[in-house]
Amino acid sequence: MSDDTILTVDALSMRFGGVVAVNGLSFTAERRRITALIGPNGAGKTTVFNCITGFYKPTSGAIRLTHDDGRNFRLERLNDFRISKQAKVARTFQNIRLFPGMTALENLMVAQHNALMKASGFTFLGLIGAPSYRAAELHAIDQAKGWLDRIGLLERADDAAGNLPYGDQRRLEIARAMCTEPALLCLDEPAAGLNARESASLSELLLSIRSQGTSILLIEHDMSVVMEISDQIVVMDYGMKIAEGAPQAVRDDPKVVAAYLGADEEEAAAVMESGA
Amino acid sequence: MDYFAQQLINGIVLGSIYGLIAIGYTMVYGIVGMINFAHGDIFMIGGFIALITFLILVSIGLTTVPLILLIVLLVSMAITSLYGWTVERIAYRPLRHSFRLAPMLSAIGMSFVLMNFSQVSQGARVKPIPPVITGGYSLLESNGFVVRLSNAQIVVVLTTVVLLAIFTWLVSRTRLGRDMRACEQDQTMAALLGVDVDRTISMTFLIGAALAAVAGMMYLLYYGLVDFYMGFIAGIKAFTAAVLGGIGSLPGAMLGGLLIGLIETMWSAYFSVEYKDVAAFSILIVVLIFLPTGLLGRPEVEKV
Amino acid sequence: MAVLTSDLTQASRREAIAFIFKKAFISALVALVLFSLMIGIRTEAGPTGQLIYWTRFDDLAIIVAVVFVGSIVVELLRQWWGPVGIATAVPPSVQRTLDFAGKAFPPLLLIFAFLVPVIFYDQRYLLDLSILVLTYVMLGWGLNVVVGLAGLLDLGYVAFYAVGAYSYALLSTNFGLSFWMCLPLAGILAACWGVMLGFPVLRLRGDYLAIVTLAFGEIIRLVIINWQSLTGGPNGVSGIPRPSFFGIPFTRGDDGFAARLGIEYSPTHRIVFLFYVILALALLTNWVTIRLRRLPIGRAWEALREDEVACRALGINITTTKLTAFATGAMFGGIAGAFFATRQGFISPESFTFQESALVLAIVVLGGMGSQLGVALAAIALIGGFELFRGFDQYRMLVFGMAMVLLMIWRPRGLISHRAPTVFLKQNTAISAELAREGRG
Repeated sequence: MSDDTILTVDALSMRFGGVVAVNGLSFTAERRRITALIGPNGAGKTTVFNCITGFYKPTSGAIRLTHDDGRNFRLERLNDFRISKQAKVARTFQNIRLFPGMTALENLMVAQHNALMKASGFTFLGLIGAPSYRAAELHAIDQAKGWLDRIGLLERADDAAGNLPYGDQRRLEIARAMCTEPALLCLDEPAAGLNARESASLSELLLSIRSQGTSILLIEHDMSVVMEISDQIVVMDYGMKIAEGAPQAVRDDPKVVAAYLGADEEEAAAVMESGA
Repeated sequence: MDYFAQQLINGIVLGSIYGLIAIGYTMVYGIVGMINFAHGDIFMIGGFIALITFLILVSIGLTTVPLILLIVLLVSMAITSLYGWTVERIAYRPLRHSFRLAPMLSAIGMSFVLMNFSQVSQGARVKPIPPVITGGYSLLESNGFVVRLSNAQIVVVLTTVVLLAIFTWLVSRTRLGRDMRACEQDQTMAALLGVDVDRTISMTFLIGAALAAVAGMMYLLYYGLVDFYMGFIAGIKAFTAAVLGGIGSLPGAMLGGLLIGLIETMWSAYFSVEYKDVAAFSILIVVLIFLPTGLLGRPEVEKV
Repeated sequence: MAVLTSDLTQASRREAIAFIFKKAFISALVALVLFSLMIGIRTEAGPTGQLIYWTRFDDLAIIVAVVFVGSIVVELLRQWWGPVGIATAVPPSVQRTLDFAGKAFPPLLLIFAFLVPVIFYDQRYLLDLSILVLTYVMLGWGLNVVVGLAGLLDLGYVAFYAVGAYSYALLSTNFGLSFWMCLPLAGILAACWGVMLGFPVLRLRGDYLAIVTLAFGEIIRLVIINWQSLTGGPNGVSGIPRPSFFGIPFTRGDDGFAARLGIEYSPTHRIVFLFYVILALALLTNWVTIRLRRLPIGRAWEALREDEVACRALGINITTTKLTAFATGAMFGGIAGAFFATRQGFISPESFTFQESALVLAIVVLGGMGSQLGVALAAIALIGGFELFRGFDQYRMLVFGMAMVLLMIWRPRGLISHRAPTVFLKQNTAISAELAREGRG
């Protein structure tokens, strides 16, 4: 394990009753790199995500996260909200989970909750309108504005998130996760339901997030996105890792092709195609 | 020991009544996913209709007790189930796909309507009747304490068992029962496969109300009185029973009912009568905190 | 051709009429069965304790006839209005008026509220009624924090009202503490109860939380009834000190408020003072709520209502966020309770039944979840409407229940179903409540 490793998943297993969703999975994710987790439907990818982000307690195994400054976190032992608050792991959801009745701007403000709570003196300073809180709030609005600009939604800042088109909602959810200032960003199928143009702009966004120093862990079915932006790919099938490596190597791995062929012809075709 | 045995009998009888009401809560919750707040008041209406029917039958000179009981049972079930149907039709159906709080408030409103309807139409005073079923058996006798099993208690428990058997058959073996289970799983899919969802939900309310009517009649026979307010507390306790047994589970509702009946009786017998309702409500809270899926309920896996 | 069309319309009209009559006939038949025994027969315990009964078939006939005619009228109205869905049952003109009201109305309402004691100085009844309305406005605003903002369904809000009322009653009668001392104490005590009760149950969702809070409300009431040595049981606490004008009592004597000011004594002085006290308390509640909504905690409450899972993923501590909402709502309830106790001078468990909780919840939901103005309007409408039925006391709850059902069918989202953003860059556009979620907790 080198200093450049941000996330180490070690012998992770998750059982639901008799069903083994994840079975002794181990992999690592490099700092400032994009690591993709792929595999046929039902391979257990989202379960891995839910274990990493604290929504499930794994049956066994360890998940270690190391910050730039060397601080270590055992994610399987942290409570859900502390994973985001202390370990700085942010995530998005397969089926978008914005706050639909709040504006795009408000969504990004909620994401800065912990910083603003502290600035508002746990509400008391804010209630009496202390100048220090005012400044913090303006700063938060500026940060939100910056993100809205980056995802091209500045014009729609005051529209309800639920009223935005699907592709905008996807990007807003990523921006919201980024507003928590994460060390590791976990994206669950960010390109699902996007058209080719939207996928391309998503790739661009993710590459720019990587270049600013945030590590990304990605579940994705859209192989063009995966092959284009990933630095490292982990392939799962039936809850186990069947291959790992650089995009090129994984694409040529017969085991991977077999897994996709055995599972779903379309996906196999997608893998082949993007490899061709 | 004898005292305990007597309380055990009393608790089972009370528990049968709670269980019958609890089934109505659990069925409706299973299918429409809402607490039918007015269900306790449906039980109260059932008690009133049983009372009135009984009075009429006696005054026209009928004296055969089993025949009276049978007629009272059938009339009470028939009319009360229509109340259940009407409540669903008026207050819940227009709000079925609405905002979640709306049916809840509508149900609370309906509960007030039923409670005050019977207060206005039948007066606020408690209505007592003379014991209908008399006699009983002495089971044990020691230290001058007699454990009694009255005929009324036997009738309550027997009726409950018979009705439960019919009801279980209805849910597990008939077309209606299959439709009900289908709607419980997925209403849209059930509708696509040709299940008449509206009708199935109506039938659920109808059956739930009919069982509540039986409970109301049993209450009348056992305690010899009804009043307009009895549905509120009994309703919350029966709901507790449904939750304790695992909401959505029919055997669970009956089991929960029996447990609540036993706990309430034992608490009154050994601790304090004044706090028996506090005990029942505390159990509700404790169960929900430590065992939110109840004894026989299915665990709920959170989908992320 | 024209003849044919008119024939066709005639045929379809005949069909429509037949349909209406068929429907009315079925409704009347259902009503006949439903009411046959409950209204047709009246039972009562006779002089010897024996139950007697008499028939009321004339009443039954009248009611069945009313149902028959009513059904026809409703059906005609429905056809005249065209096929309306539940969501669009409000005509656009009404919607526009309400939207306009949202902007111009609050300042006018506030000015009017301040002038009420001046305008109605001689009408004691109206002053009493406005104090009552304001108490419910305050309760509604308090519960709005819990239900409207945080999306937590609380059916036992009256428990905190009771805690506040009994705190003041017991502290003042036993230890002689003054009203102004007790007011914050009552708020704090109620908030503590809120945290205590909230902590174990807040992980429950939706209907379960509702039923548990209902159980808590009942437990508190039952304990008050049964703990006679402390609370006086069903007899309640009497002789609760009336409020003074910051130490100067409203009495006839030389030390009294009137004598000190050199004006003639009138019992109305105290009423007017009480009016301004509750107005100030209600406005304080409103001010704090509006402030809190714009702070991170308030945004977290609303985010929680929208999506709890997303909140967890953003590092928001769900438990403390819910607890603060619960405690804040409880605190306002407790303060309102203390005011209630000092106004009445006497409290008993009868004032704290489930019906009160349901009434306050109805105010919040009818007002439109989260809308401060809507809650105030709903309180005025419901409490005012309740007063209209003062003469027909026994029909009051019946009408209230029916009104609840009808209002929910008419406007399931409440009177003012728009949400105003808490922060904006360019323009403050209201968000339709159709988008906002109602919370699962």
